[in-house]
Amino acid sequence: MSLGNQLDTLYRQVIMDHYKNPRNRGTLDGDTLSVNMNNPTCGDRIELQMKVEDGKVTDAKFNGEGCSISLSSASMMTQAVKGLEIDDALKLSEIFSSMMLGKEFDEGDFDLGDIEALQGVAKFPARIKCATLAWKAMEKGLKEKE
Amino acid sequence: MNVQEVRKMFPILDQEVNGHPLVYLDSAATSQKPVQVIEAINDYYRRYNSNVHRGVHTLGTWATDGYEGAREKVRAFINASSTEEVIFTRGTTTAINLVASSYGRENVGPGDEIVITPMEHHSNIIPWQQVARTTGATLKYLPLQKDGSINLEDVENTVTDKTKIVSIMQVSNVLGAINPIKEITEIAHKHGAVMVVDGAQSTPHMKVDVKDLDCDFFAFSGHKMCGPTGIGVLYGKKALLEKMEPIEFGGEMIDFVGLQESTWKELPWKFEGGTPIIAGAIGLGAAIDFLQEIGLENIEAHEHKLGQYALSRLSEVEGVEVYGPQKRAGLVTFNCDDVHPHDVATVLDAEGVAVRAGHHCAQPLMKWLDVTATARASFYLYNTEEDVDAFVKALIKTKEYFGNVFG
Repeated sequence: MSLGNQLDTLYRQVIMDHYKNPRNRGTLDGDTLSVNMNNPTCGDRIELQMKVEDGKVTDAKFNGEGCSISLSSASMMTQAVKGLEIDDALKLSEIFSSMMLGKEFDEGDFDLGDIEALQGVAKFPARIKCATLAWKAMEKGLKEKE
Repeated sequence: MNVQEVRKMFPILDQEVNGHPLVYLDSAATSQKPVQVIEAINDYYRRYNSNVHRGVHTLGTWATDGYEGAREKVRAFINASSTEEVIFTRGTTTAINLVASSYGRENVGPGDEIVITPMEHHSNIIPWQQVARTTGATLKYLPLQKDGSINLEDVENTVTDKTKIVSIMQVSNVLGAINPIKEITEIAHKHGAVMVVDGAQSTPHMKVDVKDLDCDFFAFSGHKMCGPTGIGVLYGKKALLEKMEPIEFGGEMIDFVGLQESTWKELPWKFEGGTPIIAGAIGLGAAIDFLQEIGLENIEAHEHKLGQYALSRLSEVEGVEVYGPQKRAGLVTFNCDDVHPHDVATVLDAEGVAVRAGHHCAQPLMKWLDVTATARASFYLYNTEEDVDAFVKALIKTKEYFGNVFG
């Protein structure tokens, strides 16, 4: 059964899939860039690890606790960021941020893929912070690296 | 008490949210306001807005009468001995911080102890962490029973002659536990410690008598008891307040100001630096009139009934875990299967049901419960059994919705 279109725009099937089967959940061995971040207003927490080689994110994994939106967003983010140059990863983060604020955005050469499913979050202002947590962690880590 | 008549006094309740009649179950975060309170604040700004304690003009006198009249209402409401013992603050947080920064830093030293519990709100933890840090004292936690209640034997075993301050909430904003403050105060006093009570969740819902409790300090907020935000109260025993130094200095609170030194006004004004929260105090006074007219005992009985009804309705829903003791104030904190509380709250909201989700400003308690977050439905005098039914119905829908998307 459904509670109507409004909720279905938030809880899209692909989001639930990432929530149920998070990609890249776990820890990386060796020399990694680690960022811990939490959302103090609700208790969501992420530990993000990224491997950066020659200015490129070559691997990313996360652990954490949170709601469907925050965990699925972390799962999608780690998928999307792998293989990107630091600059591009930061650009993608900006695009994501615009998407969350309901602003017009130009995805350029990026293939947003699953991430597009999170667009519905913009209509739920109380949940935007859930979706942006993992992205903020990625930004923080990469900006410090730069 | 006729709930339908009470509801008519709360204009905000008469609306639809997301296509459903609003079911407001977040009064433990902040209560709604009756027309009497809204009108009292409106009336002050329309008719006699003016600064207090200084104007020779008529409006100034009216404003002072309104502000000080509210103080007298608070005094009678909590049964303090005199208005000198009633200090207006911004809320419970500011009130506890005042005790910690003034009394705490003066009277606590290295090797001393401050005793609190793991169920405290952050506002009754962090001020004491700061005092402990700056004075070299130890912050000790009372153990809790399995259901989250306090056993007096544990209090006997934890409070020692080294304890200078015991600070405990009267009613837990998460567990709903009603703590035996009077008995704990007796134990604290036996060891020469002062008793501080966080009354944020009790004062709106039950009769508070500071003389009967015999506590030394008692803090509460206006906005959880039908009053406006930005106003709260610190009650303190006069003998203690007289010896305490203010923590905010400036206008309003001075007696004589010299080039190098100044002296303070007498109680309670020495603790109220700056232009006070005049409209807030007047609004709180109106809220007290309103609550007293309905009767705190009626409100308490009504909420108790709703709390027990909610417990029994929730026990019918499979996969719902409720936290806290059976004997409780009118709130239920719970988790529902694998659905994260934020997701629960979002789906309930889509059904017009407003609940709180998160750590409820009680991270140590979340750790104690071994959860990262919970959802909470809290009741007040304007809630009905139909509200509880709507809540449970929406919760069942939530389970089905997530069962389906998971399935």
